[in-house]
Amino acid sequence: MPLSFEVNGKQVTVEVEPRMTLVDCLRHKLRLTGTHVGCEHGVCGACTILLDGEAVRACLILAVQAEGCKIVTIEGLSNDEALTPLQASFRRHHAVQCGFCTPGMITTAHALLSEEPDCDADRVREVLSGNICRCTGYISIVEAVLDARSAYRPPESQP
Amino acid sequence: MKLPAFDYACPATLAEALALLASRDDAKALAGGQSLVPMMAFRIASPSLLVDLRRLSDLRKIAIDTSGVRLGAMVRWRDIEDDARLNGAHPLLKAAVSHVAHYQIRNRGTVGGSIAHADPAAEMPGIAVTCDADIAVTGTRGARVICADDFFIAPLMTALAADEIITEIRLPAWPPRRRWGFREFSRRRGDFALAAAAVFFDVDDAGKAYNAHIGAIGVGDRPARLPAAEAEVNGQVVDIAISERAGRAASASVDPQSDIHASGAYRKSLIGTMVERALQSAAGMSAL
Ligand SMILES: Cc1cc2nc3c(=O)[nH]c(=O)nc-3n(C[C@H](O)[C@H](O)[C@H](O)COP(=O)(O)OP(=O)(O)OC[C@H]3O[C@@H](n4cnc5c(N)ncnc54)[C@H](O)[C@@H]3O)c2cc1C
Ligand code: FES
Ligand code: FES
Repeated sequence: MPLSFEVNGKQVTVEVEPRMTLVDCLRHKLRLTGTHVGCEHGVCGACTILLDGEAVRACLILAVQAEGCKIVTIEGLSNDEALTPLQASFRRHHAVQCGFCTPGMITTAHALLSEEPDCDADRVREVLSGNICRCTGYISIVEAVLDARSAYRPPESQP
Repeated sequence: MKLPAFDYACPATLAEALALLASRDDAKALAGGQSLVPMMAFRIASPSLLVDLRRLSDLRKIAIDTSGVRLGAMVRWRDIEDDARLNGAHPLLKAAVSHVAHYQIRNRGTVGGSIAHADPAAEMPGIAVTCDADIAVTGTRGARVICADDFFIAPLMTALAADEIITEIRLPAWPPRRRWGFREFSRRRGDFALAAAAVFFDVDDAGKAYNAHIGAIGVGDRPARLPAAEAEVNGQVVDIAISERAGRAASASVDPQSDIHASGAYRKSLIGTMVERALQSAAGMSAL
């Protein structure tokens, strides 16, 4: 089936079978391999992307279900010039080790902070509870997300 | 694993969706896909046609009036979390839904999908049974309403016919002074319950409880009310002793299976503790 949607600001049209999941479409058809695939059944969170602004698991969505939607992947949350405040915070807090979970952590944290820039540590932990990391032990990730909050607040409310 | 092959349709109207579902024996509705897609990845389900309900915007409404709360089948966990009206209109629903799955799954998963999926450890079927909800369904042969207690049969088995679609879940009106509590134990927040209790009761002028509803989740083939535990509460002023008696009655009423997550004996004990704590929270006795 022909399929059109917007990815990281660009309109794309691809041909997919209905059985193709959105994450496979992004990785194999569009070569956006920043989004990782861990479990392929919704338990690890590695494949998290933003669909119309909301964090979702791309392994549990059929590509055809994204017709007409706006998708942002980890590639769309970075730029070539410099680290974004969220990326810089992950680096500062050593919240990345092997990096396998990192795209899912960043996309999830970005969705959370965009909506709730004042969230507390409990909320961050609850939201990240759906993302598995086998390396860091999570503490550094939670700290990195908390530390990046200020970058998501409107400028006038910053001290 | 990759999904088995299937055809896909995304109809614009309920009538078209029903006709598509009826067109093949093994066609299935697709709502959030948060249960169906994993089932297909495991090859537990391999429907030959998926009928995506996402364009049926009439099924996305949350209606609240004097008759109660009506949740369209395509209402997502996220929509319930975001709807401030429900804090007063159905606090028990709101509390239970806060335990459903994780952030990303809550942006997709729907109440209709959860009811149709009928996982015995899922919160929404438990709330439907505890609150005497009605499930409105429709098929090419017409519409009908099934009470939640008749709807759930066994794990992943319901009274829904293969060519029917759930349109709405109707929860009876919630009186403002009703007492309620919800307690769940899972290994990690967002995981399925090892055991959970949903309780409510009303209180007369003498402070005695009546109309007690105590529902158990995760400790049987399907969610169920526990009449023996309810009998301990009705006519009593709910205090520590009553909640403990109800908890023991709850444990005695269930016979859960063992699985890799917990033994049957552990779940049996756990449901007693959950009922006890939910009742204490309902009576305003604990912050736990
Ligand atoms: C990692 C993980 C953890 C989870 N944890 C929990 C949890 O703690 N508690 C919990 O309750 N759930 C949990 N879920 C399941 C989640 O809540 C699902 O969203 C929900 O059970 C099914 O809703 P859905 O909209 O995704 O349905 P789908 O997956 O689209 O469909 C499920 C079934 O319902 C049928 N169906 C869907 N809509 C209708 C309709 N309107 N009429 C008729 N049939 C219909 C489909 O044909 C299918 O058989 C979890 C899921 C995952 C992946
Ligand atoms: S790959 Fe999607 S949640 Fe694991
Ligand atoms: S950094 Fe290795 S899995 Fe998280």
